[in-house]
Amino acid sequence: MRYIEPHAHMVSRVTDDYRAMTLAGCAAVCEPAFWAGFDRSAAAGFYDYFRQLTDHEPQRAAKFGLPHFSWLCINPKESEDVGLAREVIALIPQFLDRPNVLGIGEIGLNKNSRNELKVLEMHVDLAARHHQLILVHTPHLEDKLKGTRLILDVLRADARIQPERCLIDHVEEHTVKMVLDAGFWGGMTLYPETKCTAARAVDMIEQYSGERLWMNSACDWGVSVPLAIPLAALELRRRGHGAEAIDRLIYQNPVRFLSQCSKFKLPNEAVTPV
Amino acid sequence: MNRRELLDLYYLEARAKLIDVAAFLDRLDRADGAPDFRLTAFTQALTQLEPGREPRVERVLASLSDPTTEPIAVATTKAACGAWPGK
Repeated sequence: MRYIEPHAHMVSRVTDDYRAMTLAGCAAVCEPAFWAGFDRSAAAGFYDYFRQLTDHEPQRAAKFGLPHFSWLCINPKESEDVGLAREVIALIPQFLDRPNVLGIGEIGLNKNSRNELKVLEMHVDLAARHHQLILVHTPHLEDKLKGTRLILDVLRADARIQPERCLIDHVEEHTVKMVLDAGFWGGMTLYPETKCTAARAVDMIEQYSGERLWMNSACDWGVSVPLAIPLAALELRRRGHGAEAIDRLIYQNPVRFLSQCSKFKLPNEAVTPV
Repeated sequence: MNRRELLDLYYLEARAKLIDVAAFLDRLDRADGAPDFRLTAFTQALTQLEPGREPRVERVLASLSDPTTEPIAVATTKAACGAWPGK
């Protein structure tokens, strides 16, 4: 079995996780910029974080022959401070030509505030001006439905944005249809408590064909499972899906979306020899 | 998969979760404390398990969601709690 982990916060994971993912068939890992669990005190903290995502972390993954890609932004959880966000967004262009940067993400909303919306619009403008792919975080729990609607409004209001180049992540049953109907890709995040179980992800795949869906672990510093995708593959198998269908969902679909960025090259071309 | 196969696959797991919910509500009944919007929302969501026009899972998720449409003025917390306190 082979799979792509399209959303994992590996800076928060131990090296053993890289080894376990590689052993399970992971062919590439993609890391969106995230909140550290505490607010950074200055834009300089983000500068170092972007260096970590574009330089240090790819080297750590390469020790296991695993290509590492990244997405850059200031996460919605730190978007209430518009001044700080403006400074951080100004840092991003100098990193966009790094060989492992796929686009702008994970941008979006957290509590659906006015300032978060302003910062989302700034990120969307940045992505449009630099022709970058977009990875969107939708809010948690009670904020997801409203936040997903607001996010889709922002993306649809910008004529430069092509829905097929945007992935709206963390969809659940009450948001997946509006995302797919609007032409975007959807990501299902496999979490033990919040977001989505493997069984529910398979339900959505069966109802919406899985043509523009992917699954991810979004493993980070919280309760999360780095091997969630291979475990979901097992769930697909228990539900009667064949090897080709599973490969399409956990490997071919992410490759299809991510290959819209010319820097997304797979294993033998991209891996630095150990 | 047909209904029998799905029951074979998921019945015991769903049964365990159902009993966990029952035990959770009993645990709350035995405890002292003030009314809490999360319990109100949870109890309301349980009524969405009855058959209806929309799928149960969508109705449960919607009933636990913020139904408003305008952005809030300021985010005063980063966390979500799983129920909308405005109800």
